[in-house]
Parts: sequence; structure tokens; C-alpha cells
Amino acid sequence: MKPDFIAIGLQTALLLLLAPLITGCIRNWKARLQNRRGPRVTQPYFDLVKFLRKDMVISEHASWVFSAAPYVVFITALVTGLMVPLVTVAAPLSLFGGVLAVVGLLALSRFFLALGGLDPASAFGGMGSSREMTIAAIAEPALMLAIFTVAITVGSTDFSHMVAAAQQSGWDLLNPTHLMAFAALFIVLLAETGRVPIDNPATHLELTMIHEAMLLEYSGRYLALMEWGASIKQLVLMAILVNIFLPLGLAGGGSAAALGLGLAFFLVKIFALAGAVVLVETANAKLRLFRVPDLLSAAFVLATMALLSTFLFH
Amino acid sequence: MVFSPVSLLTLALLGYVAGGIAGLVFSRWERLANVLSFGCATLAAGCGTVACASLLATGGTAAPVRLQLLPTMLPYVNFTVRLDSLSVFFGMIVSLLGFALSLYSLGYVRGFYGRKNVGVLGAFYNLMLLATTLVFLSDNVFFFLIVWEIMTVAAYCLVSFEHEKPETRSAAVFYFVMSHIGTGCLILGFLLLFQACGNYGFADFHALGDKMSPGTRDAAFLLFLIGFGVKAGIVPLHTWLPQAHPVAPSNVSAFLSGVILKAGIYGMARVFFDFLGTPPMWWGVTVLTIGIVSAVLGVLYALMQHDLKRLLAYHSIENIGIILMGFGAALMFLHMGHPPLATLALIAGLYHTINHAVFKGLLFLGAGAVLHATHTRDMEHLGGLAKRMPRTAFFFLIGAVAISALPPLNGFVSEWLTYQSLLQGFGTTDSLLRLMFPIGGALLALTGALAAACFVKAFGITFLAQPRSQAAAQAHEASPTMLLGQGVLVAACVFLGLFPTVFLQVLDPLTQQLTGLQISQQLTLANGLVLSGTNQAGGTVSTLGITLLGIALLSVPFVLWLVFSRGAKTRIAPTWDCGLRGLTPRMEYTATGFSKPIRMIFKALFRPRREVQREYDFSPYFATNIRFEAHVEEIFETKIYRPLNRWVLWASRRMRALQAGSIQAYLIYIFITLLLLLLFAL
Repeated sequence: MKPDFIAIGLQTALLLLLAPLITGCIRNWKARLQNRRGPRVTQPYFDLVKFLRKDMVISEHASWVFSAAPYVVFITALVTGLMVPLVTVAAPLSLFGGVLAVVGLLALSRFFLALGGLDPASAFGGMGSSREMTIAAIAEPALMLAIFTVAITVGSTDFSHMVAAAQQSGWDLLNPTHLMAFAALFIVLLAETGRVPIDNPATHLELTMIHEAMLLEYSGRYLALMEWGASIKQLVLMAILVNIFLPLGLAGGGSAAALGLGLAFFLVKIFALAGAVVLVETANAKLRLFRVPDLLSAAFVLATMALLSTFLFH
Repeated sequence: MVFSPVSLLTLALLGYVAGGIAGLVFSRWERLANVLSFGCATLAAGCGTVACASLLATGGTAAPVRLQLLPTMLPYVNFTVRLDSLSVFFGMIVSLLGFALSLYSLGYVRGFYGRKNVGVLGAFYNLMLLATTLVFLSDNVFFFLIVWEIMTVAAYCLVSFEHEKPETRSAAVFYFVMSHIGTGCLILGFLLLFQACGNYGFADFHALGDKMSPGTRDAAFLLFLIGFGVKAGIVPLHTWLPQAHPVAPSNVSAFLSGVILKAGIYGMARVFFDFLGTPPMWWGVTVLTIGIVSAVLGVLYALMQHDLKRLLAYHSIENIGIILMGFGAALMFLHMGHPPLATLALIAGLYHTINHAVFKGLLFLGAGAVLHATHTRDMEHLGGLAKRMPRTAFFFLIGAVAISALPPLNGFVSEWLTYQSLLQGFGTTDSLLRLMFPIGGALLALTGALAAACFVKAFGITFLAQPRSQAAAQAHEASPTMLLGQGVLVAACVFLGLFPTVFLQVLDPLTQQLTGLQISQQLTLANGLVLSGTNQAGGTVSTLGITLLGIALLSVPFVLWLVFSRGAKTRIAPTWDCGLRGLTPRMEYTATGFSKPIRMIFKALFRPRREVQREYDFSPYFATNIRFEAHVEEIFETKIYRPLNRWVLWASRRMRALQAGSIQAYLIYIFITLLLLLLFAL
């Protein structure tokens, strides 16, 4: 195998540049649905630059783990992004790992994020870490089972193989197996990216925040890495969702036309999914913490039913 | 070559003997006893590691060497060892761990100077190492049972080393009783094998199950499952484990969790795959189910602990469960006639066996260093140690990442193999049973995520933030030998994590012996950079590649720093305290608080109870004194063991009536027994 450095470079650039835009769009559209003008869609870019330029304040209680966490979060998000097909069928580094590696790397990022939350000795950080790890623990079986349902029908845990197989078998989103697995994964997506029924990315109210609570003590460059890492993770998870279940228009070869078409399709799909997230966020209230497990077990049940339905529809 | 591997191994055994004797002889001079007994053990275990590794790497186990250690004294009782690949693999685990632990002990047991008899500790420690090595190497039933018992008794003596504490005594006795129930089952199981074979040698037992009647074979399977299961700590036979492992000295805890549990795993691998022939379906289903249940319950109970060593002990149950998931799947695939998949699942189990030995040993050593420095195992009194013991903290973090199955370390690799075998197993059959594989995979994911939560808690509460007690605030870094011992295991974790394809070649002779296949070539791609499932389409992973990629991508934040933040300064300041007068350690999240959401979500299992008493002067919002007590129920203890215990006590009280102390009554008993025996003989 010879790694294709151009593909790696391009995909890294796409991840870095597109991710803040998605976050910005979601914020802007959500504001519009609430009859506010909201920040510009490009606001996250300005925020990142601002954070990068600012001085940092680090807690006197924090150890080196606090400083290591932003790098781990940022780097793992990029590495997972290189294993997932975005524009092309074959992800640049799909040989380095598939579903299991991506889920593992996301868990690694969460592990350090939670440790970074605990490190400054603030009760908010501990609370955020505790809740984040709990929700991740109950979301993970649903996530795995939903992806397994696809992996088993394809016989591979590799995203590129899954996408290729889905492309070959035609566009059957209406297949009940896929519908249920899609629904399960969508719920997990909301949980993993800290979206409304589970977490509220726009709040700093101590009783409700989860992800934000862990970031409270971060500032300057570290905060930029954390925020950017979170947007990239969100983009990667959304890409997994749209490309597995809707592999429409993914570029098979490396020609400029195919890549351009692939990029166009990818953007349309991703923004459509972002729109769906916005609708869910606007139409729902945040759930009480101890109701979240109900939602996530619903996702698990959906995934199990998807698995069972492979018996019925094969 | 002056030393052949076999003579090195003999040297290792002699070294343990020498270390044990030295400990006893010099027990009055504790420094000398420490250096001699643990020094001997270090050297011996080092020799053992080299010997076993070279035997496996050079294919020296293809034609197993036999060695008679002592002259035969009784018929059947041969003190012979046989160096086949399964034995040597486990011999390597015990030697590697023994090496790291003995090195660590040189510094650790100094904490016992003037309080306890270090020489006796060293003697029993060497005895345990010797007996455990021989358990893995012994060639016949009698020798095996003898060293098995010596291992158990030595471990019992070490568990009860600090016997002045009542919890230690009761834990040690419980361990002793449970172990002997297990050994009883083993004896019965071996008797069944003997009946079918007519001989006691392990070599004669190979594939014996195919010649046994199905009924006896199933009975033997169950007896061995219970017998070895007690030792391995499977649910529901696990209750002794979280009691006994934490109370032992930490170097011994590491050995108990890292190696002695593996004696049970070794036994199962030996009996299920080597002796009992092609398995029926329900064996695999049983083992897989036990594996899943042990994994999930083990980690859930671990989350509820705030005693650092007890938490680690519960994680051993979880990891034994993960190993058995691999073994169970392998048995199912063997039944269905898919040897390549069975080999993959078996590799997953064996890989996790050595991984667990390495990272659990490491974590127990870290916990020992914390205990040594702060004299407490209670996480609620720890904190802030990352600044006070930076190296120990770093090593513990490596162990925590490894055990949580996070890439790129070794726990991830073996769980990846387990997932692969489970997912590919789905296509092997059309029966509904195949649903077990993906559901098992999903529950493995739950286990992994809960383990990560648990180790965020264990590491975060113990090592990060502010110290919660004076002892933690005054903690000191561990001594050099203790750090070196941990360093050896860290290196092993990293090696097993980053270079899985190299290590898989070592497993080739094992799978050749147990399933007749060698698949390390199939699992290796791109010159060993990439690990693959049985076929490349099934999925690939490269932990080394991920690591290198991650390092390369560090250039992105570097460039960002170069472009944007070179002028930015960094300031150290207090954490935001909401305008109060500074944060105190009492405001931090506690270990109990951290796991509360999980306790509430799984409250049907835990049945949490709490008692809160407040004292206040004028308003209940300003309490002057609060007493808080929380309990979690260990459902197996309250629902199975305590009723059983009560029943046994009740029965023995009734029996006591027979033993009234009157000679006449005893004579009558003897007379009646004789009569009955005579009648029976007629």
C-alpha cells in the first residue's frame, strides 16, 4: 500500500474548513427558526481565530493532562475523519481502521476530554465529565449495534467497503432495516454531538450543561482546539450517517469532475442532515438527565429491530 | 549457545527455590531477605521470560520437550514438565509479570520494614511464582493438582499477610473455601478423563473427548467449567475475588489478578480445546453467555467502587469475561466447522489474556505506589497525585487507556479481534443463535464504554484536581525500582498495542496445537503495518499507522500556533470559584458522585440505599453536620451466597446433634456404618 498523500491532505483540509461552517449554519438556522437574526454562518471561523490569538489562562490545580486533552481531542477528530469516506468511496486511510477504530478513537477523545474536565478541580467540570461518560456509555451499544447491522449485511467493518456495497445494491433507503438503523444512528448522533434533547450547546446553566461544563476552564488556543475538534467530530459522524445510508454521488475515481460532483453531493447531503438536526433541536425541549437513557434505549431497541429485520427481509 | 532455553527455564525454577529459601533463612535481616528473595525472583523470572519467548519464537515447542524435575516416588506421580506451546505461552505470561513485579517488590516491600516479616513474604512469593509456573508446565494430573494446591495455599498465605485486619482474614478464608470447591470439581473432572483414558498424562488426553460418551463428556465440561471458573472469577463464582485481591499486598494483588486468574483460563483452554474434542453447540453458547454476563456485571460493579484496588479487582471479572467471549465464540465456530474463524476467536481470547495480565499488573502496581505513598486505597481521600507522583500517574494513565480498550494500545487490539470474530461469525449459521454475535458485540461495546467511564473516574479522582486529604497532599513519588517495574509493563502494553502482527506470530504454534491452523500470515498486511480480519474485506486496522498519523497531524496545531498564537501568553490563575473565597477539595466531584448517574440508570441492579442525617441550628439549609451513607447491593452475595451460607450453617447445627461427645453414641455410629457397608458389599 502506498499512502496517497494528496488525498490525505485534501481530506484534512476539507475537514478543517468545512466543520466550522456546519456549526455556523446550524446556529444560524436555529436562530432564524426562533425568529432571531442569529450570528453569521461564518462566525465560528472568526471565533476560532479570536481564540487562537488570545492569551490562555490555565488553572493552578491543573496538571499536564489538562494541556494534553485539547491536542488529543483535535487530533483524534482529524484521524477519524481520514478513515471515513466524505467525497470519495475510498477514504484515504480506510486501511488504518474502520468502524471499530473510529468508535475507539472517539472514545479516546472523550476519555481525555472528561479528564480535562475533572482536572481544574471545579465541580462543574466533574459534573460534565460524569454525565458525558454516562451518556456515552449508554449511547455506545446503540451506535455499535446500528453500524453492525450494516456491517453484517456487507460483511465488513470498513467504511469504504460498506459504502461501496451500498452503492452497488442500489439506493434502498426505504429498506426497513436501513430505516430503523438510520433512526437509531440519528438519535446517537444527537447524543454524541451534544444536541438538544440530550445536551444544549447554547447553554451555560450549570444544571443542564454537559459538554460545555467540561470546557469551562479552557481558554485561548486550547479552547480553539477543543471547539474545532468538536465540530470536526460532528462533521465526521454526520458524514458516516449520510454516506452509509445514502451513498449517492460519491466519487469512484480521482478525476476532477467526479470529485467536484462528489463534493457537491456531499455538501447537499450534509446540509440537509444539518437542517434535520436544526428542526429536531427547535421542535424539542431538552430532556431531563434521567430521561435520556429512555431515548437512548429506544435507539438500542431500534437497532435491535433493524438487526432482527435482516432475517425477515432477506 | 551456552544456555539453551530449556536449561534457562530450569535455572528459573531453581532461582525461585533459592529465593524462597533465602527469604526464610535471612528473615531476621529484613533488608538482606528483601534483596535476596526478590532479587532471585527477578533474575529467575527474567530467565524464564527469555526462555519462553525464545522457545515460542524459534518454534522450539513443535516437538514438546519433556523434563523430569524430581525422581518418581509413587506410581502415577511423575514430576514431569512438558514444554508445549500452550504451556510455554502461559509460562511466558507468568515470567514476564513475575519479572516486573519482583523488580517492583524490591522497593515496595520496604514499606513493611519493621512492621511485618519481609522474609516470609519473599518466601511465599517465590513459592507462588514457582507453583504457578509449574501449573502451566506440568504434564500429568497428579503433578498438576499438587502444584495447583501449592499455588492456592501460597496465594492464601499472601492474601492473609496483613492478617491483623479482620477484613483480610475473612476475605482470605472465603478465598480458601471457594478455591477448594473449585479444586474438588477439578478432581472429579480429571477422574472422568482418567476413566475414559486409563492414564494420567496430559499428552494422552489429547482429543480424548471424541472417545467419551456424550453424557460423561458434558459432565466433565461442566465440572471443569466450575472448577476453573472459580479460579478465573466468572460470574456467579466471582464473589471471593473482589474481597481477596484488594487486601493482599499490592505486588501480590497484581500477581493474583494478572496471573493466577489466568490459571483458570489456561485450564479452560487446555481442557476445552485440547482434551475434550469437537464441542457440542451448547458449550460454546454457555461460555459465550458467561463471558458476556461477567464482562457487563464486572464493569458495572467496578463503577460503584471507591476503593481503588477493589475497583481494579472487579475489572478483572470484566476482562475474564471478554477473554471467555473469545473462547465461547471459538467453541461455537469449532462446532459449526469453521476452524479459521475459531482460530481468530481463540487468538482474540489468548491475546486478551496476555493483555489483561500486562495492563492489570501495571494498574495494580500503580495502585500499590499510591497506597505506599498515601496509606489509603479510598479514592475519596486521594486527588492531585499527578503533580506529586508524575511518573506513576503517567504509567497509570497508560494502563487506564489500555484497559479501556482505547486505540492505539493493546486492549484495543484484542477487543478489535474479538469484534471481528463475532461479526464474521454472523454468516456462519442460519439459526437464530447467530444473533448472539452482534448482540454480544453491542454488549462488549457497552462494557468498553463503561470501562472508559470507570477509568476516567479512577484516574481523574485519584490523580487529578486537588488532594482531598493531608496524606494525598504530602504524597511522594515511588522509588526507582517500583517505577522500573511499572515501566517494564508499560513497554509491554505499548509493544502489544503497536506491533500486533509481530506478536501474532508467537501465537501461531498455539493455534496450530489447539485448532490445527496458523493464520498470522492471513492477519498481516502491508509488511506488518496493518492487522486485518481473516480477509482484508472484513476490516483492517493499524494501531501503528494511527499513532504515526496522529504524530504527523500534530503539525496542524503547530502551524496554527505559528500563524496565530505566537504572541499569546499563558497565565496560571485559580479556577473560577463563582465568587466564593477559593475552591476547597470538598467542592470537587467525588468518586461516588461521579458514578451516580450510572447508579441511578441501573438502579434495578444496584438497589442503592442511602441514609442522610443532618444537624442544623436554625435552618435546614445551613447544616452544621451531615452524615451520609450510601450502599450498593451485590446481588449475588445477598441473593445466593448469604442464603447458601445460612443454609450450610443451619445444616451443620443440625449435624452437631450427632456429635454429642458420648463415646457410646460414636460406637453405635461405627457399628451401623459397618453393617451398612457389609450389606452394601453383599
